[in-house]
Amino acid sequence: MSSTSVLGGVVRRREDPALIQGRGRYTDDVKLAGTAHVAFVRSPYAHAQVSSVDTSAAAAMEGVLAVYTAADTDHLGPLIAQVPVGALRPLLNSGTVKHVGEAVAMVVAEDPYVAKDAADAVDVDYEPLPAVVDLKQSLSDEVPVHEGASNTLISWVGPFGADEAALAELQEGIEAAKQRDDAVVVSQEMINQRLIPVPIEPRSVMADYQAGYDRFDIYSSTQIPSALAGAIGKYFGMSMNQVTVKAMEVGGGFGCKLNVYNDEVLVAFASRQLGCPVKWTETRREAANSTIQGRGWVATATVTGTEDGEILGFELEGIADMGAYSQNFTVAIPFLGLFVGSGQYSFPTYWKMDCVTTHTMTTDAYRGAGRPEAAYYLERIVDMYARRIGMDPAEVRRKNYISADDFPGAVSPMGFPMDTGDYATNLDAALETAGWSDLLAERDAARAEGRYVGVGLATYVEVCGFGPSGLVDLGFSWAEYQMPSAFNGSSLVRVHPDGSATVSIGTGPSGQGHQTTWAQIVGDGLGLDVERIRVIHGDTEEAPPSIGTFGSRSAAVDGAACYEATGKVRAKAARIAAHLLEASEEDIEFADGAAQVVGTDSSVSWGEIAACAYQPHRLPEGLEGGLEAHAIFSPGNATWPFGTHIAVVEVDPDTGDVDLLRYIGMDDCGNVISPMIVDGQIHGGIAQGIGQAMFEDAVYGADGNLLSGSLVDYILPTAADLPSFELDRTVTPSDINPLGVKGIGEAGTIGSAHTVVNAVVDALEPLGVTHIDMPLRPRRVWQAIQDARA
Amino acid sequence: MQVSMSVNGRQVSGDVEPRTLLVHFLREDRGLTGTHVGCESSYCGACTVKMDGKAVLSCTMLAVQAEGADITTVEGLAENGELHPVQEGFWERHGLQCGFCTPGMIISAVTLLEENDNPSEEEIRRGIEGNLCRCTGYHNIVRAIEYAGAKMRGEEPAPAEWENA
Repeated sequence: MSSTSVLGGVVRRREDPALIQGRGRYTDDVKLAGTAHVAFVRSPYAHAQVSSVDTSAAAAMEGVLAVYTAADTDHLGPLIAQVPVGALRPLLNSGTVKHVGEAVAMVVAEDPYVAKDAADAVDVDYEPLPAVVDLKQSLSDEVPVHEGASNTLISWVGPFGADEAALAELQEGIEAAKQRDDAVVVSQEMINQRLIPVPIEPRSVMADYQAGYDRFDIYSSTQIPSALAGAIGKYFGMSMNQVTVKAMEVGGGFGCKLNVYNDEVLVAFASRQLGCPVKWTETRREAANSTIQGRGWVATATVTGTEDGEILGFELEGIADMGAYSQNFTVAIPFLGLFVGSGQYSFPTYWKMDCVTTHTMTTDAYRGAGRPEAAYYLERIVDMYARRIGMDPAEVRRKNYISADDFPGAVSPMGFPMDTGDYATNLDAALETAGWSDLLAERDAARAEGRYVGVGLATYVEVCGFGPSGLVDLGFSWAEYQMPSAFNGSSLVRVHPDGSATVSIGTGPSGQGHQTTWAQIVGDGLGLDVERIRVIHGDTEEAPPSIGTFGSRSAAVDGAACYEATGKVRAKAARIAAHLLEASEEDIEFADGAAQVVGTDSSVSWGEIAACAYQPHRLPEGLEGGLEAHAIFSPGNATWPFGTHIAVVEVDPDTGDVDLLRYIGMDDCGNVISPMIVDGQIHGGIAQGIGQAMFEDAVYGADGNLLSGSLVDYILPTAADLPSFELDRTVTPSDINPLGVKGIGEAGTIGSAHTVVNAVVDALEPLGVTHIDMPLRPRRVWQAIQDARA
Repeated sequence: MQVSMSVNGRQVSGDVEPRTLLVHFLREDRGLTGTHVGCESSYCGACTVKMDGKAVLSCTMLAVQAEGADITTVEGLAENGELHPVQEGFWERHGLQCGFCTPGMIISAVTLLEENDNPSEEEIRRGIEGNLCRCTGYHNIVRAIEYAGAKMRGEEPAPAEWENA
């Protein structure tokens, strides 16, 4: 089954033998002699004045090494962010705390159990203050989150780059359309609820400051090792080259490990102060209340169209919840939604999201990050419009797509150039795979029997593969980029003197299979077995500067750099091989671990080529010794994957229980390096979208207390809740990177939540239900049925 | 307190605080870091180990409660360098991504197949309901367990989906 073809080959994952035998090394598995352990004292109030912090009892406990409060750490400044719009988080806060879970004090002890005991012994007095959790209330500024500042941090308005006159003209055009005789206007306010990312591995960090060497080893379950190294250096007046960050195995991230956290800085601080390694691993409750959350929008979507399915305008106006403090990308997340605000459609779109603070944990990137929210509103309202005019929802979509003929050169109504797209072909493929007309007939037959079966369809376009450094200059001050790191793809490919190869690369994977994918790219390029290729990632000492793994960017940006570095090595090896074989360079090809002269049996192995490369006297005149190459890849655009998803559900009208019967995904991420890994990414992405649609809900009470702070009340889908997924793909290669790949990490999530909601609403159409806010748990569905019947 | 038990076929003992959780005894005292802590509340299943033939959650039981027990962790499944069929199935069918839930998931799958070596898809899904995975959507975990079941019955596993493509 082994194949080393770069495109489309299947190779069993090379990371798996360790992971399936319990030998994978995650951050919490690292043991260093003399390691001390941290526990945090966290606010139980959403908004309160801290009147006193008494650490004396804790500090006196046997085994406690130190107790730190804001007085000890304020000199370091607040937590830095890539997009520093809004109030930044204090590392520790002994003033006015702004959300449940905010860190007030840090205990360091010889033993983790003792650290927790001592944290319980820290006596903090709080004077509770009124909290604001509701987004509309926050928008009114009635209760300020930060004294003296408006709760609204920024408003994103699209199309991007349109001036006031252009926006006014756009809105007038849509208003005029509403006045047409044949106008159909469909509008709905919808909640895209807050979610907790929940990688199964809690975040963990260990800092080992080595005083005599004046350097740090930081072990962290981070997606952005390079940025963390830069940040730690800044806090302690050190250079990046004095800080080595090692992200070893990372047990899932989904965006929540794409922040530098205050705990990472504080653990490093404690290690420097105490002169020993210091470790902290969050509890699941801390993961819920002090690791970033996602989503949290309330918005009204409006479609204006004709009776025959031509959409004349789409408007989205709403509010997005930023939480109390801005962290790494916080206010930029809704901007990512603006990127795809008009989806794959050509109709005029007006889009406005106000980003407001609340007394809750910070929101930031969670799988999809702005794009699932944007797609949700668009695909729900287009579906409602189709239902209103009685037209097949697939036909309405097809009628309003950007045409394949518009590529290359298509610019979305939101003002962004798109790489490649063929939406109608993808839609047709999905309809055929699902057996669309049969599905509708089966649904109608079930309805005739009094059953509530529904078929839901949604399509999406995504924007991902960020790394074009010019693109990130859009709209806010990325120039202030606070963490020294490189916004590009980079890769170093080195052939060793024995003919084995190592690729070191700046990605920070958390389950995406990079050990395998990068080896496939290098192996294919060099004609070398993947077993002869080592991959080093997530280690800032070994890897060239890069930015990590997020935004479905790794293959399209760092993978492309890996491909280009491989090409450089191959070109040099071809010169050496031609010299050794007394042949022309153009006639050299690489396969099966050797270079061969085309059409002859004359060949030389990689081992012999490499040996020659490292004995420069044997090289052709003028050729430098060694056999390695570095490549930086900075694409000219992001990539724009797309797809169509279809779900079939049956609703039990007596209980409101939703049974997900079938789920079909037809995604297009351009060329595919490993179909096995790509399908796995889509499976997981779909499951997270279904999780939002049916189960997950980060609920804050009106007083700002987090009511879903454990996995008992934050409900994740289990194996028994999901069907096997039916996947297939269309392939529309990207033209902005040499691999023709797009990105697939988030696509499943961007396509799925609305697909499920569309299906459930379709099932309940005979009752007149037109919308139910997520999550579609039985009680909520049952209530919608009761309301409709009333 | 003194505690002794069999772990992966070896008799081990240790001096622990009474409140020491079994998972911490395994990870910290025995150095068996394959068993993971995911939620400390019996909900995610990452800490699942086999105790006297049954899958148990090592994060919500005390080490002293395992006194005299026979414990198998993920590190103890392979024999003489041969992967257990469930481990092989997870590798062959891409049943893991980040790998963090995998040890507990594999232990649950082993005990499931020991009770029923020919489970239906629904029985597999119900059988691993106590183990959360955030990466795979469970699709390939089900395929991995089907693969292992076939192996354990001495049958040829169905081809991988990507082999049919």
